[in-house]
Amino acid sequence: MLFLKLFYVFSKIGIFNFGGGYAMLSLIYSETVVKNHWLTNAEFTDIVAISQSTPGPIGINTATYVGYTSVVNAGYPVWAAVLGSVLASLSIMWLSFILMISISHYLLTHKDAPWVKNVFAALRPAIIGLIAAAALLLMNKENFGSPADSIPYFVLSIGLCVAVFVATLRFKVNPILALLVCGIVGLIVY
Amino acid sequence: MYSVMLLKFFLTCNKIGAFTLGGGYAMIPIMEREYVDKNHWLDREEFMDIMVVAQTTPGIFSIDMASHIGYKLRGVWGGIVGALGIALPSIVAILLIAIFFHNFKDNVLVEKFFRGVRPAVVALIAAPCFKMARTAHITWSTCWIPLVSCLLIAAFSVSPIWIIIVAGLGGYLYGRVRDRKQQQQNK
Repeated sequence: MLFLKLFYVFSKIGIFNFGGGYAMLSLIYSETVVKNHWLTNAEFTDIVAISQSTPGPIGINTATYVGYTSVVNAGYPVWAAVLGSVLASLSIMWLSFILMISISHYLLTHKDAPWVKNVFAALRPAIIGLIAAAALLLMNKENFGSPADSIPYFVLSIGLCVAVFVATLRFKVNPILALLVCGIVGLIVY
Repeated sequence: MYSVMLLKFFLTCNKIGAFTLGGGYAMIPIMEREYVDKNHWLDREEFMDIMVVAQTTPGIFSIDMASHIGYKLRGVWGGIVGALGIALPSIVAILLIAIFFHNFKDNVLVEKFFRGVRPAVVALIAAPCFKMARTAHITWSTCWIPLVSCLLIAAFSVSPIWIIIVAGLGGYLYGRVRDRKQQQQNK
């Protein structure tokens, strides 16, 4: 019963998720904490913290963790919880996967249609603005610290950001390498 | 040959999934490098088009991207390989943490590492905008489109979905008007 519910709830979260992982979190909160009582408030906060500090899409991270924790909280053994976590992760993916594949199929077979070309000619400039906005909105206290707390660390954050920007754009440094180096700098300095 | 390519695609997706730190947008440079530059599974324009589709449809950005590329390479099974390839590293990482490392989030080292990573993530989101401007053939007559889109979202909290709908409709109507004019001139 719990498994069926996990499947249902995470399928729903997967198909109603517009606008990225963070928008998904409020949906996951209302479904898992408020409606179904699978998790406590504190457990949910933990999951968000863990999802943000582990690699992987935040939707998959939270689905895996909620799947595991809710099954354990219901008194099942660990192997069942592992099944629950895999089930929740697949549930969050499958509906949007079918939708995406359908669109891919259409685009690949109609990519030379005039209307498709016209629509994408306008969408390409727009998506640049969209991503630029995302970058601007992330230039906040959570990501850079604040000069009120510590000026050197704030300056260092900006320095790391500018360095990665120049390194990847101008010198074609591997972005994965850039992320790792910044992480190591963080380990040493902070 | 058939399976070698799918295996390579799967491993590439693993790599992208494993380094998705701080949301899908930050992965754009990594995806571009792996999918476009290294493996030539699609060209830069198609990459941008799929980004638009992945952003517009529900679901997880990097998984949508991988599903499309997989589908293009090897049909539905290719798409499944791509989607699972992205998801696998995070499922494994989270399970390990859930089962063995309950105090992972309180780890000081993890926190320090991510304090260094976070500003870099912002740079990785900003950087592709300049590269993509070339791919999208931005000119003086079209540069207002990204500027206005950016302003509406960042300053006026307009949902990106609306920007995409309006831009798509605008492109469609503009194309129709232009084609009609050309037909009239040809007559």
